[in-house]
Amino acid sequence: MIPVENYIGLSAILFTIGAMGVLTRRNAIVIFMSVELMLNSANLLFIAFAQVYQEVGGHVFVFFVMAVAAAEVAVGLALIVAIFRSRGTINIDDLHHLKG
Amino acid sequence: MLLSEVSAGPTFFALAPWVVFIPVIGLLLNIILGRRMGERFVGIVASSAAFLAFIVSVLLALSLRSQPEGMVVTLADWLTIGELHVPWAFNVDTLSVTMMLVVSGVGTLIHIYASGYMHYDVRYKEDPASYTRFFIYLNLFIAFMMTLVSGSSYLMLFVGWEGVGLCSFLLIGFWFTRNPDGSIGINNSNAAKKAFITNRVGDFGFLIAMFLTFWYFGSLEFHEVFHAVETMASTVPSWVIPAIGIFMLVGVTGKSAQIPLFVWLPDAMAGPTPVSALIHAATMVTAGVYLVTRSYPIFEASHLAQTIVATVGAVTALFAATVAVGQFDIKKVLAYSTVSQLGFMVAAVGMGGFVAGMFHLVTHAFFKALLFLGAGSVILGVERGHHPLESTGDAPAKANKKGTHAEAKHGKGQEAHHDAGPHDAGHHDAGHDDHHAFDPQDMRNMGGMRKSMPVTFWVYMMGTLALAGIVPFAGFWSKDEILADASAEFPLAYWLLTIAAFLTAFYMGRQIWMVFFGKPRTHAAEAAKESPMTMTIPLGILAFLSVVGGALNLPTIHTFANWLEHTMGHAAHAGEFNPQVAIVSTVLALTAILLSWLLYGRKPLASTEDTDPLRRMLGPIFVGMNRKWMVDEFYGWLIIRPYQRFAAFLADKVDWDFWHNWFHDSVIAAGFQGLTRLLADPIDLGFVDRVSYWLAEGTSGLSRLLSRLQNGFARNYALMVFMGVVVILGYVILR
Repeated sequence: MIPVENYIGLSAILFTIGAMGVLTRRNAIVIFMSVELMLNSANLLFIAFAQVYQEVGGHVFVFFVMAVAAAEVAVGLALIVAIFRSRGTINIDDLHHLKG
Repeated sequence: MLLSEVSAGPTFFALAPWVVFIPVIGLLLNIILGRRMGERFVGIVASSAAFLAFIVSVLLALSLRSQPEGMVVTLADWLTIGELHVPWAFNVDTLSVTMMLVVSGVGTLIHIYASGYMHYDVRYKEDPASYTRFFIYLNLFIAFMMTLVSGSSYLMLFVGWEGVGLCSFLLIGFWFTRNPDGSIGINNSNAAKKAFITNRVGDFGFLIAMFLTFWYFGSLEFHEVFHAVETMASTVPSWVIPAIGIFMLVGVTGKSAQIPLFVWLPDAMAGPTPVSALIHAATMVTAGVYLVTRSYPIFEASHLAQTIVATVGAVTALFAATVAVGQFDIKKVLAYSTVSQLGFMVAAVGMGGFVAGMFHLVTHAFFKALLFLGAGSVILGVERGHHPLESTGDAPAKANKKGTHAEAKHGKGQEAHHDAGPHDAGHHDAGHDDHHAFDPQDMRNMGGMRKSMPVTFWVYMMGTLALAGIVPFAGFWSKDEILADASAEFPLAYWLLTIAAFLTAFYMGRQIWMVFFGKPRTHAAEAAKESPMTMTIPLGILAFLSVVGGALNLPTIHTFANWLEHTMGHAAHAGEFNPQVAIVSTVLALTAILLSWLLYGRKPLASTEDTDPLRRMLGPIFVGMNRKWMVDEFYGWLIIRPYQRFAAFLADKVDWDFWHNWFHDSVIAAGFQGLTRLLADPIDLGFVDRVSYWLAEGTSGLSRLLSRLQNGFARNYALMVFMGVVVILGYVILR
């Protein structure tokens, strides 16, 4: 079989790429995509360990994560549409109206 | 029941406290109900209180017949401090009961007299509401005087001593808004102050005597002290007993008006006449004589003290008699006469003649009270003649009547110019301005009063003869006993007293001729009316006592001496009758009266403006006598003005300038303000304000700093979160 370390490495790399995307990209939709990437990396890890320890709980949790991710994306995209309608931009650097 | 059959009878010693309590009850009744119930009630209550006290005194005297050595009735413990034990106790023995009888007996008569006299006086002084106050004070006086004579220790005596001084002050200054001549002013209260302060000086001496007594003899109770004096006289330093005697003498000179503290008594004539009679003739001033008599063991143990007492008494007797000769005010003559007679008494008890002194005290109370009350009657008559009060029912004089009368009587055409004014109108109220121009007490405004006031004239004659010492009146027996004792014991005193007796007869004769004989010199004297019965009846009773009072201690029978012997033992020796002394004194008295007739009776003063014949004869000596030898001026120069200057210095310079202006303002106020400024400026503004400013600035600086974190950039926030997670995870994994 494929050694579990490969899966862990892949998951780590995906997570890092996703984190970098969240921190450095300006477009809100791209930030969402990066967040999805982070979530999926976590999913991959869950499945890998479920296989290793022959646990079915891992699979169940992946379903939870997917459901949450979907809900979150729905809400987030609705927010972005609302912001675009009122501000005309979704460049997060230009959205600093909550500054103290 | 004859008195002799009572000798084994019941004793009433337990009633002793009532002699003090009954007058107190009387005055309380008058305080509570007097104003409401009116004058009759007040007079009756006060007189009854005095009379009941007299009844109790009589009962005590009867008890003494069964138990002559007397008894001490203890009511309660008053003071117990260390070794000093003073009970509230009443000493009933023959000496104290004698005083009680005199005080309450003469006191009752004076109360009755005063109830009539004050009725007029309060209306002349325009203050009818004061009637009650007068009788309250009179009863208070009786209560205190009884405390004085019945006390069983020096301290109880002193309570009464001070109390009668207080009552004297209250009664001398009774009309405290007026002067003695009736005008508005402060001289009456000045006289009261003078009496109180002069007495205080005497009391100081008395206190020192009491301190010495307690210190060396351990007690203030009479029987303990006298026992100690007799047994311990050799164990105390030799100066103690004479010192006690001499300091007691200082107290006596204050209370009994001897040299040098007698100056208050003539001024005390500012009080209403019943006051002069009761307090300043019959009772209070005799307290000093009583004190010396009571302390006879102390005086018998010290010849020096005795000599000094006798000398002071004799010199005072002569001195005061000379002043009395030159006085024109009827009451002043009697006042100086009282000082002189007190000198007789003090000299007597100083020489060891206690019986003679006490005998003279009793007879003097009778005839001096009589003379004062008689003088009051004369003064009242003159006032009523001068200024009839419609409110009292006196008919106002009509102008016409006065005109014809005056022209008829005063043939030389001399109007009574002083009182020409007020009788024009038919209606009078008291208090017109003309009062102050007419002195009803000046003998030059009198004359011929035996026609207008016959009863007063006759009783006054009897009082005069008693005082002058004409046999068989009371004064002869008592004064003669003093002179007899003096001729045996102390010749110097004998000569001084004899000359004083001569002058006594002279000035009393002068007074009689000036007041009652001749022609009335003013309209007032002519229009005078006899006094009402409330006044003349007590006068009559006193006159009777002045006539028969000598029977108290007739030679060889010596009733009074035997009576006193129960208390005083051998000290109450009865003097032998010395016929030579008696004849000499009687001859001198008659000569004096003849002399006074030659000067004043044969050719009486014709008008108020005439000079006194004695003035023509003696010139400056008479002026000296009239001005009382300038004693008051001398005291003023020597003591009073320096004291007032000192007091003013203390008040203005020390208290005001130094203490208030400098110390309070500069030291205290300025110092405090300096301290305040120190606290306010550097500390409050400088330090505290800065701290709070700093806190505020710091907080806003910090907040400015921290608010830069909240820049609204979501990416920054995300980065912070990410880094925080990394740190926490790192910590958890690497731990």
